[in-house]
This record gives sequence, C-alpha cells and structure tokens, in this order.
Amino acid sequence: MRHTLSVLLQNKPGVLSRVTGLFSGRGFNIESLSVAPTLENEVSCLTLVTKGDEAIIEQITKQLHKLIDVIKVTDMAEHEFVEREMALIRVKAEAGSRAEVLRVIDIFRGKVVDVAPKSYVVEVTGSPTKIKAIIDILRPIGIQEIVRTGSVAMTRGVK
Amino acid sequence: MQITGAQALMKCLTEQNVDCIFGFPGGAVIDIYDELLRHPEITHVLVRHEQAAVHAADAYARVKGDVGVALVTSGPGATNTVTGIASAYMDSIPIVVFTGQVPTTLIGNDAFQEVDIVGITRPCTKHNYLVKDVKDLVPTIREAFHIARSGRPGPVLIDLPKDVMAGKLTFPEPAPVQMRTYRPTYEPHPGQIDKACREILKCSRPVLYIGGGIIASKASAEVTELAKKLNIPVTMTLMGLGGFPGTDTLSLGMLGMHGTYYANMAVANCDMLIAVGARFDDRVTGKIAAFAPQAKIIHIDIDPSSISKNVKVQVPIVADCKRALADMNHWFETTAEVDPKAVAARHEPWISQIKEWKTAHPLGYIEETGVIKPQFVVQKLHELTGGEAIICTEVGQNQMWAAQFYQFDKPNHWMTSGGLGVMGYGFPAAIGAQMAAPDKVVIDIAGDGSIQMNIQELATARQYRCPVKIAILNNNYLGMVRQWQELFYNKKYSATVLDVAPDFVALAKAYGAVGLRATTPSEVEPVIKEALATKNTVIMDFVVCREEGVYPMVPAGKATTEMLLV
Repeated sequence: MRHTLSVLLQNKPGVLSRVTGLFSGRGFNIESLSVAPTLENEVSCLTLVTKGDEAIIEQITKQLHKLIDVIKVTDMAEHEFVEREMALIRVKAEAGSRAEVLRVIDIFRGKVVDVAPKSYVVEVTGSPTKIKAIIDILRPIGIQEIVRTGSVAMTRGVK
Repeated sequence: MQITGAQALMKCLTEQNVDCIFGFPGGAVIDIYDELLRHPEITHVLVRHEQAAVHAADAYARVKGDVGVALVTSGPGATNTVTGIASAYMDSIPIVVFTGQVPTTLIGNDAFQEVDIVGITRPCTKHNYLVKDVKDLVPTIREAFHIARSGRPGPVLIDLPKDVMAGKLTFPEPAPVQMRTYRPTYEPHPGQIDKACREILKCSRPVLYIGGGIIASKASAEVTELAKKLNIPVTMTLMGLGGFPGTDTLSLGMLGMHGTYYANMAVANCDMLIAVGARFDDRVTGKIAAFAPQAKIIHIDIDPSSISKNVKVQVPIVADCKRALADMNHWFETTAEVDPKAVAARHEPWISQIKEWKTAHPLGYIEETGVIKPQFVVQKLHELTGGEAIICTEVGQNQMWAAQFYQFDKPNHWMTSGGLGVMGYGFPAAIGAQMAAPDKVVIDIAGDGSIQMNIQELATARQYRCPVKIAILNNNYLGMVRQWQELFYNKKYSATVLDVAPDFVALAKAYGAVGLRATTPSEVEPVIKEALATKNTVIMDFVVCREEGVYPMVPAGKATTEMLLV
C-alpha cells in the first residue's frame, strides 16, 4: 500500500543521505521525496512516498525514528490529510491543438507559464491522482517533457 | 584561556574517564599524537593495523562496561577501521572512533589520504560527525560519548580535520548533553509489564530467550532472579552467553543453528517465549514460520525497531532490560493474588520434559584415541581456568565450540563478533580485554585460519606485556566452510584447505612470545598448564582432528528442530 510519510529533521549536513541510505540499505522503496526548511530554520520537513505492507511501513517508521537527526515521523495514513504535487509539463501546442491544450489546462486549473512557437510549458498543482489525470489527457496531444516536485502533505484540521 | 583542538580532545577524554585508547598515528593526527605525549594518564596502545585498534576498543568496552576509544589517521587509517566499526554496530558495543581528516580547506579535493569516512560509515555507525569548526569540537565529543553509551549502545565516529586540531578555542564548562531528537526510553510502561506478567501466569511451558541486551544493560541478576523465582528455563543467544549462569540447571545453553538440542526443542514446544534484549536473528530462528510456533511472545528491548522486525510479538515492552525485569520481579512479589511458588511448581512438568531432552541428546562429541578433539581442548580450558577466564574467539568452528563447551557463568567474560562474524576479531579483542582487566586470564580461542587475519598483533601484545593466551584449534582447514562443503556441497573443498601454514610455535618465538604445541590428547593439559603459568604472550598450537564438525547443526533455512546431531 502507498504511504505518505512526513519526517521532521534537524537541518544538518548529510542528514538527507542518512534517510536515503537507510532506504537503499534496507531495501525499502522511495516513490517520491521532497525536502525544504520549515518555519524553524534548523528544521526541515521531508515528505516521502513509499510502498509496503503494514510490517514494512512499521519498520520504516521505526528505523527513521532511530536516526539521531530525525525529530518526528508522521504516517499520513493515520490522519486526514491533504497532499499536493506540482508538475511542469512541456506539451506540444501547434496551430491545430493550441485551443484544445488551453481548454484542458483550464479544466485542471493549471496555467501556461512559458510559450514557445510550437509548445507550452504548463504548471499544474494537485493531488497525485489529478496530476496523473492531466498527464493522461495531454499525452495523446504530445508531452515533450515532465518535471514533478513529488508530494508534500499536511494533516487537516486544528493542530 | 585558549587551547588547541588537540588539547581540548585530551581534556574531553579525561572528562569521559578514558584511561586507555587504541590507535595508530599518521599525518592527519600528528597534532593529537604530539599532545598525547603530555598525557601520561592516558595509555595509548599502538596496534599494528587499525582494524585491530577498533576490535581492541570493542573488547575493552565489553570488559569495562563503558565506552572504548580508537584513534587513527585519515584515508587508509580510517578505511581500515570499517570492519571493526561494523562489528561493534551489529553487536551494539559502545565505542568512539576518532579519525584524522585532511584540512577543511582540502576536503573534497581528492587530497592525499583523503576519504569520505563519514559517508562510508554512515550505515554502520549509530551516528557520526565531521567537525568543521573547532568551536563545535567539545560539544560534539560529549554528544558522541552520550550517544555511544546510552539507549541501545553502538559505535560513533568523529572525523577530525587537521586544521581543526590545530585551531584555538576556549574550553567550554562541562554541561549535561541535551538532545532534542534523541531520548531513549528506559522506563517500561507499567500497563505492559502488568500485561506481560499476567500472560506468564497463564502459560505452562515458558522459556526465557536472552541476548546481548542483558549484558549491555547489566541485567544478569534480574533475569536470574526471574528465572529462579518462577522456575523458567533460560536459553541464550551467542551474544547473551554469561547473562545467566551456564552451569545452572535451568540453563539450556545456546539456541539456534549450533544451539543445543534441548534449547531448540524447548523453544519449538514452549507456549510462552520471553525474549529479553535479543533480536530474533536468522541464526537463532532458522525458518521463521517454524520458530516457536505455539508460543505467545513477550519482547523486551530498548530498540523499538528490534520489536516485531522478524517475528510478530504479542506483548512488546520498549525499555531498558534491567528495569523491565526488575519491575516484573517486583510485580510477582507484590501482586496480591499471585504466589510465585505456586507458579514455579506449575512449571515442574515442563522442566521434567526438558530434562528428558537433555538426557536424550546432551552436548557432546565422539572421542577418538590418540586424536585431539577440539571440544576437548575447550573443556580443558574451562576446567583449568575454573571457568573464570575471559574468552575471546575468532569466527567459525572455533567460535561455536567455545560457545558450546566453555560454560559461562558470568557476564562480560565472553567476547565474540556475533553479528558481523569477523575472522580476526579475537586476538585484538584479547589484547583490549587484557588492557581492561590486567589481572584476568584472557584466552583467544582461535582457528588456524582466523588467527592469521590479525596475527601481526603479536607485536602489540608483546610491547604492552599482555600475557594473552592464544589457543589455536589447528585443523589446516577453514573449518566451518569446509563443514558446509562436506554436508551440502558434496565434499568439494573449494579454497578451504590451508596447504601452506606457518609453524605457529616458531612464529611465536619470532615475536618474543612463547609457542607450545600439543599433538595428542595427553599433551593438552600440560600445554594449557604451562601456558597459564607463563607471564608472557603464548600461542598454544593444538593439532586437532581435521574433519571434526560442529553439532548440533540446523541447516540454513530449516526449522530449528531439524537438527543434525553428533
């Protein structure tokens, strides 16, 4: 099963390598990973999407906790949460397909952030399923390149 | 007053009560070695290979029950420590390893003797540091010692660039280490203790399965009290030997691949397994599905990630083993409706069943006239040292025979590379143990293969007048692999025959040590007696039965009840 883990880390040299090394060394799988500072400068939040059964997720969580620089691990599966990802998509946009591309982007509430003679760069934000949906729709028109941020997630409600 | 980084390092060592370190100098640590000359209160043991420094620090830590320290230079000095560090990590031994590093200005330049040792050792240390600013040096060292010795202990590495050692700082006042992210759980949850004890009341065939955590948390007295109070048989992992008296009637000896028949049978048939400071290693469990299939499992461990890692447990207790066991003992003594004597009496039929297993297949070997059996040598060592020696081992058959036949009654007398299985561990470990306990008899039980992996340490042993005794069970084979080849590879002895071997007696003499040899059973006792009476390093070369095997043996991947017996 797919799990989104939110990991608060001390922002120290090598800390990301400790996390990724743990995953490769123990044969766990990383689907996506994103990391950036939080309100506190010395603390970073790492959002990581992984797959595994209950026992594997339990081991991943415990092993992450065991790293000295890890402050807190939250398995989003135990909470109500929102998850978002951003993608930049370079899609073919020639005379015949420009209008169609714009319509699709509008439906997904994306925007065009760069225009070239034969292509657009489209920015779209949403849940991973929404990103997948727009990719599926644009693919027949001609996607030239995709860059995705990986998921970030936050629990819902009052903290 | 400003002092140098190297001076601050010495002050930190004194602050941590370090009186002996193991090391090897080099360009990047030359400032530290210069400073060391001004600190006669710290004994420096100059090893002949950096791997040996770490094994020696490891055994020093085990004997002292505190942190061991190694100091090496950058590059190859640092990479040579990796095996020792990985071994200490697997066995949860508290050590701090200081490695030299090229000056901060050269880091990343592929400088002479530069290596990213922090990167290399990240997966085999509990934590590691590169000190880039001399202001961070003292807090880092204090934190490193704290991490090494607390919680589930382990190795910590500190990489020290040369300019940081020469840099100046004001030595900060001693302060307790406060860490935001690292707070091991020592106190057991009272609700879990209650639940565990009530589960024990319900069972009729309990087994205590104890590991290295008993030694690390100094919980021998508490586990012995629990076992005796409730009449529960105790089996030990390789790392747990000595945690409960091996000669006690409730002892089942070691379990697992080369465990006793009765330990494996007891675990397979028990209805309650109380695992304390053990981690359900594959050498213990064999085929997981067939491990303790009828048992409810209580698991006490300070490391939450050890719990339910390999085997799902019903009652997890995250705590220091000593405190959890003390609380359980207290529970059984003070809970109104519980009578420990009645509980103990209820286990009597189970104890009788175990006695039957013990009688049916005791640990043993077949004697042959005129041929020295390796097990006989270990038995004689036990007899002639009164079971009081510190025993170190190499890895392979020698290690298993030592574990089986030297019955350990006390903790901290058994040094073996249990998790990583390092050939070459035992001899440097013996030197470390002897430095920690100068008045003890220290014996390295070795094979003729393993001993050659760190044989150069004969010079170290001689230089520091370590009267360690090396008992080589010499069969001219890499015996354990040969045994597997005999049993599972059609006797095709690929690369396990040691055709060219040194004359170990002459080798000992070349280093100024004493060499003795026994080729018949009647020579074993006189050789051991002479060795024990000698105040010098001694090699005892026992020419043993060449194709003797270690039994019982559970073939890899089989259930632990599918043992090959003597």
